[in-house]
Amino acid sequence: MSNSPSVISQSPGEHHETDVVIVGAGPVGLFAVFELGLLDLKCHLVDILDRPGGQCAELYPEKPIYDIPGLPVVSGQGLTDNLLAQIKPFGAKYHLAEMATGLEKTNAGKWRLTTDLGTTIEAPVVVIAAGGGSFQPKKPPIPNIAQYENTSVFYAVREMEKFRGKNILIAGGGDSALDWALSLHDIAGSLALIHRRPDFRAAPDSVNKMRELVATGKMGLIVGQVGQLHGDDGQLSSVTIKTKEGEFGRDVDCLLPFFGLTMKLGPVAEFGLNLHENLIPVDTEKFETSEPSVFAIGDINSYPGKLKLILSGFHEAALMSQQAFRICRPDEKLRFQYTTSSTNLQKKLGVK
Amino acid sequence: MSQTDDTEIILNVTTQSGEKHELVALDGWRAMEVIRDYGLPIKAECGGACSCATCHVYVDAKWQDKLFSPTEEEEDMLDEAFEVQENSRLSCQILMSEALSGLSVTLAPGSEPE
Repeated sequence: MSNSPSVISQSPGEHHETDVVIVGAGPVGLFAVFELGLLDLKCHLVDILDRPGGQCAELYPEKPIYDIPGLPVVSGQGLTDNLLAQIKPFGAKYHLAEMATGLEKTNAGKWRLTTDLGTTIEAPVVVIAAGGGSFQPKKPPIPNIAQYENTSVFYAVREMEKFRGKNILIAGGGDSALDWALSLHDIAGSLALIHRRPDFRAAPDSVNKMRELVATGKMGLIVGQVGQLHGDDGQLSSVTIKTKEGEFGRDVDCLLPFFGLTMKLGPVAEFGLNLHENLIPVDTEKFETSEPSVFAIGDINSYPGKLKLILSGFHEAALMSQQAFRICRPDEKLRFQYTTSSTNLQKKLGVK
Repeated sequence: MSQTDDTEIILNVTTQSGEKHELVALDGWRAMEVIRDYGLPIKAECGGACSCATCHVYVDAKWQDKLFSPTEEEEDMLDEAFEVQENSRLSCQILMSEALSGLSVTLAPGSEPE
């Protein structure tokens, strides 16, 4: 589908120091690397997804976008690939599949960003380019589901062994649901897949394999939806299943719902920045938040007249970079140059 | 359906909490866009690309047959919605027109903004 320029993610759990740490590797975070790079500022990007591109890569990689200046039509993945090619000369470091969880000031007056995998990055400037927040699994709107999460209800499989001998119910019709049904049926006590309709959008090969297992009685297939959950102390014992024919109960120890991802503001809300309706208010000169030297650009910020367009985020990245330079290089003169004429910029871009 | 004004296209929306609203839609606009523009609670996080299922609505029974059938793409995306019923649709895939004036939809669980 795409031949993305290869992006290598840093190993988690290490300490890094840089000029600017960017939270979010969507189109706006990526373009910030370019604008900061022209000013010789080095960047590290942190993203919860396992690849760059944000919404463009996760939600609509193949959907055409028509309002990127100079590109009459480009797909979400195409835009991501172009941005990665454009910022390649600047050698940004990526921390993918990691969630930015904490932000604090160091004694030296810099920022220290920490991730859920124990990575720490110190920098004088932080840029929040987190769009709609972090992508997290969709949770079924079942009233008491929270009390079973991480004991009986799992949105991801980390250790297959935990599921050995269990009565497993997997909900969903996409690749995650099918892949885990195929991987876990061997070690499960019992396993059934529940999906709202007989058709599946998952890869046809997986669907065929699943149907073979169902035909030979090695796993169950239920056309229906999960109703109520029953159990004690966070341990699920049974599930009420709703089908066209009516409701029935099924003994279930573990429920694995796979309904795709949704965006939640997440830990950014705990960074100590002023928030307004889950957005970060900024000024329109520097796109700085309530904390000096912490900036917010792209869909996550808010200011009078804000339009949530990728192109707005690009503009915001350019202006933010000017102030980031003043903070990172207080003794140097900020010079405004064009890439068309500046041999200095052209050298940075590797075209001269 | 009674129409007070020939030129107005009406979209009736019941929110997740049961509040009822009568909205004026524009020809060619997506039902999701109308609901969002009125500031009603709808997540619609992909912005209308049929890519997230967070604009899931139930269509009033008497309107179900008047809508175009869902495309395969919409059906696939409904797999990522919850509490899907026979009358489930993604409101970003419903294009408003005079013929649909009076359409009634109810925002489904899972369409609430964060």
